[in-house]
Amino acid sequence: MSYLVSHPGRVAALAGGHLELVAVALAVALIFALPLGIVAARRPRLAPWVLGTLGAVYTIPSLALLAVLVQLFGLGFTPILVALAVYAQFMLARNVVAGIAGVDPAQVDAAHGLGMSPAQVLLRVEFPQALPVLIGGMRVAVIAMIAIATLGGYVGGVGLGVLIFNGLTLHQPQMIVAGSAVACALAVALDAALRLAERLVR
Amino acid sequence: MKPATIRFDDSTVRYPDSDRDAVGGVSFEVGGGELVVLLGPSGCGKSTLLRTVNRLVPLRCGRVLVDGVDVAQLDPVELRRGIGYVIQAIGLFANMTVAANVGVVPSLLGWSPGEITARVDELLRLVDLDPTEYRTRRPSALSGGEAQRIGVARAIAARPRALLMDEPFGAVDVVVRTALQRELVRIVAELRTTTLFVTHDVDEAFRLADRIVVMRDGRVEQAGEPFELFERPATPYVRELVHAGDDVYRRYFARGRELVRAR
Ligand SMILES: Nc1ncnc2c1ncn2[C@@H]1O[C@H](COP(=O)(O)OP(=O)(O)OP(=O)(O)O)[C@@H](O)[C@H]1O
Ligand SMILES: [Mg+2]
Repeated sequence: MSYLVSHPGRVAALAGGHLELVAVALAVALIFALPLGIVAARRPRLAPWVLGTLGAVYTIPSLALLAVLVQLFGLGFTPILVALAVYAQFMLARNVVAGIAGVDPAQVDAAHGLGMSPAQVLLRVEFPQALPVLIGGMRVAVIAMIAIATLGGYVGGVGLGVLIFNGLTLHQPQMIVAGSAVACALAVALDAALRLAERLVR
Repeated sequence: MKPATIRFDDSTVRYPDSDRDAVGGVSFEVGGGELVVLLGPSGCGKSTLLRTVNRLVPLRCGRVLVDGVDVAQLDPVELRRGIGYVIQAIGLFANMTVAANVGVVPSLLGWSPGEITARVDELLRLVDLDPTEYRTRRPSALSGGEAQRIGVARAIAARPRALLMDEPFGAVDVVVRTALQRELVRIVAELRTTTLFVTHDVDEAFRLADRIVVMRDGRVEQAGEPFELFERPATPYVRELVHAGDDVYRRYFARGRELVRAR
């Protein structure tokens, strides 16, 4: 903790970069996971294939995936961003599917029967009720992303991972402790914020 | 809106992956402002036939005409906005208040917020619920009977030209069901909305119907006024259906709707 006390500005800047990385990755991940999940939810036969593929991707070790992405994009912000977005797909898409599938079929039948267009059924009935489940998926995803984002210190010089990797090379355990502790605190704080959001939209 | 006529013309439905017709060559007409009950055992195709009217189920052959127009020619979304729909499971939207549920079709039709609010209050009063108390409630905070009243209010909110009701009172207890039936008779008499009402409850059919269409195995067994079914059953099946149970009670209702209204 001594590093945290002696360099609060630097730790705060890196924590900010860490948060930004996770937030951007989450946004990018949602851009893909929402349509994927909606399509999978509409086609029950397709769903296991989509989720199975994303699940398989999810099991690729993060270092291996990052190595490939660095080959593709070079060092920097991009490979870690892509890695995070790719990892989040599984949990986000799965919860979109589960959220939509969990909507009472009678409500969907009534929605169609009363004259909502397919898009209105989705936006007015299905999505609002799937949202808490999606946010539940985001909570799990964000915790994993905060952990994996520390690798950004290695490949991109961003986020709290910088402290951890510099601490390792410089044999400065306080830096490692500071980086890890703040990452944990971020995870706890984001989880709490999302839990609140989950409750608010319910 | 002027009550619609609904005509089934050799209407036939077969579900995908099925090797028999769920509804086979059904023809009959529902006159403007009439309340026709589809009566028959579980699985005989009542819901299927009902759902061909608002195109939730496509026909394999034959036609369904609303006000003389083949529904296949119409945009399904527009068609449905003009036809009320009530189901046994009710399906109130859990993410909306009671007011938003009741106002959903008017809002789809682009009514102004002021018009919608006024209409919602009017409807809540019509189904015997105090607007100030119920407007902001969530569906999860309603009893089964209250929820089904809201379901009916939602279906008639935009003054539809026809009303489709699929066992709407099947899930409530006898006392509430009787109250709801009486209310429905009053509302339908007041609005003169053409109504197609599905049930497998013979007493309910006799209590509500101007005419009853008895179905069995996807076909029409007999169509007629309650009195006719009672006095001149066309088949042994209809005879058994109509005369099993409380004869006196049904004879009473078979004498005509006037008696029901007089109660
Ligand atoms: N979506 C569907 N796919 C395939 N078959 C179906 C489907 N819906 C209904 N069926 C079949 O069509 C037939 C008629 O069903 P329908 O739901 O219209 O009967 P019903 O008279 O409404 O029965 P109930 O009183 O039990 O509601 C049944 O044999 C049923 O199994
Ligand atoms: Mg049915």
